[in-house]
Amino acid sequence: MDYKVLGLTAGIEIHQQLDTAEKLYCRCPTILRNIDERNGEIRRYLRATVSEMGGIDRAAEEEMKQMRFFSYYAYDTTCLVENDDEPPTPMNPEALQITLTIAKMLLMTPISQVHTMRKMVIDGSNTTGFQRTALVAMNGIAGGDCAIESICLEEEAAQRVTDKTFSLDRLGIPLVEITTAPCMHTPEEVKEIAEYIGMILRSTRKVKRGLGTIRQDVNISIRDGARVEIKGVQELDLIPEVVSREVERQVSLLAIREELRSRSAEVPRGKIDVTDLFSSTKSKVLKKAPCIMAATLKGFAGIVGREIQPGRRLGSEMSDYAKKCGVGGLFHTDELPAYGVTEEEVAALRERMLADDGDCVIIVSGTEEQASCAIRQALKRAGMALEGIPEETRKMLPEGCSAYMRPLPGAARMYPETDVLPVEITEEMMDAIKLPELLTDVAARFTEELGIDGALARHIAYSDRLPTFEKAIAAGIKPALAARTLISTLRELSRDGVDCGRVPDEMLILLLVRVNKGEVAKEALPDILRALAGGASLEEAILSVGPTFSVKDLECLIEEIVTERAEFIRDRGMAALGPVMGVVMKEVRGRIDGQIVADILKRSIEKVI
Amino acid sequence: MKTGDLVSCTIGGKMLEAVYITERDERAVLKLSSGYNIGVPISEVRHIRDGEERKGFEPPVVQDSKLPELAIISTGGTIASRVDYRTGAVTSRSTADEIISAIPRLATIGRFRTRQPFSILSENMKPSMWIELARCIYDEIQAGARGVIVTHGTDTMAYSASAISFMLDTPVPIIFVGSQRSADRPSSDNVMNALCSAAVASANLGEVAICMHGTVNDDYCAVHRATRVRKMHTSRRDAFQSIGTEPIGRITYPDLEISLQADAIGRGDQVLTLRDAMEEKCALISYYPGMDPAILDAYASCRGLVIAGTGLGHVGTVLMERIRELVCNGTTIVMTTQCLQGRVCDRVYDTGRDLLRAGVIEGEDMLPETALVKLMWVLGQTDETGEIRRLMQENLKGEIIRRSVYGL
Repeated sequence: MDYKVLGLTAGIEIHQQLDTAEKLYCRCPTILRNIDERNGEIRRYLRATVSEMGGIDRAAEEEMKQMRFFSYYAYDTTCLVENDDEPPTPMNPEALQITLTIAKMLLMTPISQVHTMRKMVIDGSNTTGFQRTALVAMNGIAGGDCAIESICLEEEAAQRVTDKTFSLDRLGIPLVEITTAPCMHTPEEVKEIAEYIGMILRSTRKVKRGLGTIRQDVNISIRDGARVEIKGVQELDLIPEVVSREVERQVSLLAIREELRSRSAEVPRGKIDVTDLFSSTKSKVLKKAPCIMAATLKGFAGIVGREIQPGRRLGSEMSDYAKKCGVGGLFHTDELPAYGVTEEEVAALRERMLADDGDCVIIVSGTEEQASCAIRQALKRAGMALEGIPEETRKMLPEGCSAYMRPLPGAARMYPETDVLPVEITEEMMDAIKLPELLTDVAARFTEELGIDGALARHIAYSDRLPTFEKAIAAGIKPALAARTLISTLRELSRDGVDCGRVPDEMLILLLVRVNKGEVAKEALPDILRALAGGASLEEAILSVGPTFSVKDLECLIEEIVTERAEFIRDRGMAALGPVMGVVMKEVRGRIDGQIVADILKRSIEKVI
Repeated sequence: MKTGDLVSCTIGGKMLEAVYITERDERAVLKLSSGYNIGVPISEVRHIRDGEERKGFEPPVVQDSKLPELAIISTGGTIASRVDYRTGAVTSRSTADEIISAIPRLATIGRFRTRQPFSILSENMKPSMWIELARCIYDEIQAGARGVIVTHGTDTMAYSASAISFMLDTPVPIIFVGSQRSADRPSSDNVMNALCSAAVASANLGEVAICMHGTVNDDYCAVHRATRVRKMHTSRRDAFQSIGTEPIGRITYPDLEISLQADAIGRGDQVLTLRDAMEEKCALISYYPGMDPAILDAYASCRGLVIAGTGLGHVGTVLMERIRELVCNGTTIVMTTQCLQGRVCDRVYDTGRDLLRAGVIEGEDMLPETALVKLMWVLGQTDETGEIRRLMQENLKGEIIRRSVYGL
C-alpha cells in the first residue's frame, strides 16, 4: 500500500503506569493481586449524568443502552477510595514529580495550575463512573520532529475479570498518558515514535515494567476516511500491523460505500418479528431466543459478508453495534445457511422479508427489548456504510484487527473533580528536576566504560534487569559475567518456563559475587537460578547442584584420569585434550569453572607427552 | 470575562483557544477543547468573544395521574447537587423539579408535587427550620399527599427526622432521603435511595423514617425509624444504621420490593396532628476526662441540657456541684451515654446515684441526639417539671426501647 497516496495520518497515545509507592488519589500500595486473595466484593450500578456544559456524552449514552450491574473485588491492599466510598486524597506528589520529569525530557511546558478532572467512563472499569485525570504539561517534541501535544496524569482503571466483574487492585495506580500530534505517515514511523517515547519513559527508572504496564492507543485516518482510535495495543511490534490493517479496513469501507451507492442501496427503518419462522429450528442460538427480529438491507447482498480486514466483514461491524444491546451478535443471509439455520428457513425468511437476490436480510435474537435495540443498532451501522466510515473508538483484537467499542468521545465527558484541589507548578519546581540519563546514553556508556558490545549494551540498558546489572557492576562483578547471566541466562530460563522475576536483586548479586570469586562455577548458574526461582535459599540452591570442586580436588581427579589414559594420550598428543576433557567434565560439570579444568588438564597432558 | 466566553492563551509557544470557566487563586481556569481544565495566569488570557447562552438539559416531566400523589420536599444536600464554578466545590443548588428530571423512573411510582422551603447544606440546619419543615409536611399531607419524601443533607438528617417525628403524628409515610456520594457521579447512591424512598412513601407505613443504602452494594435500602438512627460513617453509602434495634423495613433494588417489620406503624393508624412548639435553648454536651466544670457555666441559660456521659451515664465528680446548681435554677438535665449502644443506669455507682439525687433524668437507651431533639420538643409542650420528666422517660416515637433485647 502506498501510504502517501492514501493520505495516512496517525498519532499515538501512550499510557504508562508509574512505579510509585502509593496510588494517585489514595494511600494504597500500587501492587497487583491474584483474584484468589480478594477479601470482599461490592456490587453497583452506574449511570451517565449531565456534565457541566449540559448534555450527556454520546459515548456514555452508548454504554447506557443497557442498565449494567457491576461487581468489584476488594483486597487488603485496596480501600474505601477504590470502593468510591471515601473522597480521594490530594494528588500523589511522587507521581506528579515523575510526570513533570517526563514533561521536561520531552521539552514540554507545564500548566501553571493543574486541575484534576473527572472523565466519564461508565463501562464499569471505574467504581466512580469516571476516571480522574489531570493535564500536566503541553507542547513538546519527541525524537527530533514529532510534536507531543500533552501529558496527563491519570488513575489506572480497574482490571476486568469477566464481563461485568472487575478487580480493584489496579484501580488508582498512577498512569501518564502522552499524546502525540498526528504527525506520523507510515506504520513503521508509528512504531519508531512509540519506541522512542517508551525509551524516555523507562529512562526515568520510575515506571512499572512488564505486560500491561504500558499500552498504546493509535489514532488512524486516511484521506476521505475517518479518525479511528484503536485502544490497547500492548506490543510495540504489533503497531505497524494494527496501522496497516486499519488502513485496509478504511480502504475497503470506502470501496463498499461506492458500490452501495452505485447499487442505490437502502437501509430500512422498520423491523419485523420473525420468531415464528424459527419455531422448530436446529440453530442453538435461535432456538432458545424468546424473540427474533429481522430487517432487509436493500442492495446489500454480498456486501455484508465482504471481508474488510482479515477475518472481519461488514457484518462483523454491524454485529459489534448490535452487541451493545446485550445480544450475542447477528446473522445475515450472506453467510446463511449456516450455524444450524437451514436453506428452507433462509428461503422462508427472504420471502417474509420481501427480499430479492440483491438484498441482505439480517436477524438478531434475544428478549424483545434486546432484539429491537440490536436491530436498531445494526441498521444504524448499515446506514453508516452508505456514508463512509464512522468515527469510532475500537479495541484491538489479538492479531491486529479491531472491533467497535463506542463512538469517539466528545469533550463533554469531562468535568471538574471537585474533591481534589488544584496543584500549582512553579518554575522552581521545574528547575529543581534533574533529568535522568537516557537509556540510549546508558548503553553508550556501557560500551565505552565496560567494553560491552553495542547490541548487548543496548539490550542491558532496555532490560528490566538494568538496576540489577548496575548493582552487580558496583559490587565488582565482571561485566561480561553480569551481562551474560542477567540477560542471556535469565531469558533462556524464562523460555523454559522458569520465572526468575521473584528472585530478589540482592540474591542474584550475592550469587554472582560467589561466581566471581570462583566459589561457584558459572556453568552451574542455570541450575542454581532454577532452584532459586523454585523458592530455595541461596545456600540451598548452590548445594543442590552438588558440592563445589576445589582446585586441589580437581588436580587429584585429573591426575587419576590422565594416568589411567596415559597410553591414549601419548598416542594422540595434544589432540587427546578434547576427549579427556569430556571425561573430566562428566565428573565435575557445574561444580567448577570449565576454564580452570581446561588449564589444569592441559598442563597435566603436557607432562605426560 | 464570564463563564462560557471564548478566550485564547499561549502555552509552549502555541496559541490555544479555550472556554473561560472561572477565576481561582489568581489563575484563570480555562476549559480546553479536549475537555481538560487548566489554570493559567490571568494576564496571559485574551478575550475573543462572548459565549453563547446555553440552556440546561431539562427533559419535560410527565406524570401519571393514576399513581398516588407524593410530595417531595427539598431542603438541599447531596441528593441534588451541582458543581459550583466559583469554588469548585459541590453545593446543593437543584430544585425538587430537577430531581424528577434526573431520576425519570420516579414518575412510574407516583405523581409528584414538589416544594422547597429552603435550600441549605444540612450542617446549617436549625430548629426553626425543623418547625418550618414540619408545617410544610403537615400542609402537604392535609392537601392529600399519600406520602412525603424529604430530601436532606446526610450530616444532620437524623436530627431533622427525629424532630419531625416528635412534632407530627402522621397517617402517611414521611421519608427522609439523601445521598452519601455526590449526585453528579455516575456511581452516586442518589438514584437508588430516591427510588426506594418513593416506594416506601407509597407503602403501608405511617411514621417518620430515613431510607438509605442498607449495604455498600446497590442491593437494598434500609428503612430506619427516625428516632433510632444515626450516621455512623463519614462517607460510606451504608452510613445510616439503626442503633439498638433492627431497621423497620427494607426495599430491594432494582425491583423495589418492600418488606416492613411487624412493629412498623401502619398507614392511617395515627390522626394527622401538628405540635410544633420547640424550645431552642437546649444543648448537648459530651463529657470527657478532665472536663473543666466552668464549661457548664456557658449552659446556665439553657432550659434543657443533654449530657452524653461515660459508660452507664456518668460524669466526673467535679461536675456534680454545677449540675446541682443548673437543676436548681430550672434546667432539665438528661443523661445519655457516649457508648450509643445500651441503656443508662445511674443506680449502680455512687456517681450515678449522686446525679439522680441532683435531679438528673436517666435518658434510658435514647441516642444523645434524639434525646436533645426530644427535650427541645418536650420543653416546647410543657413547663411542668413532673410532666417533663414523665415525657422524657416515656417512649413517644420509638425513641426508647423498654427492653434491651439480646442479639441486636
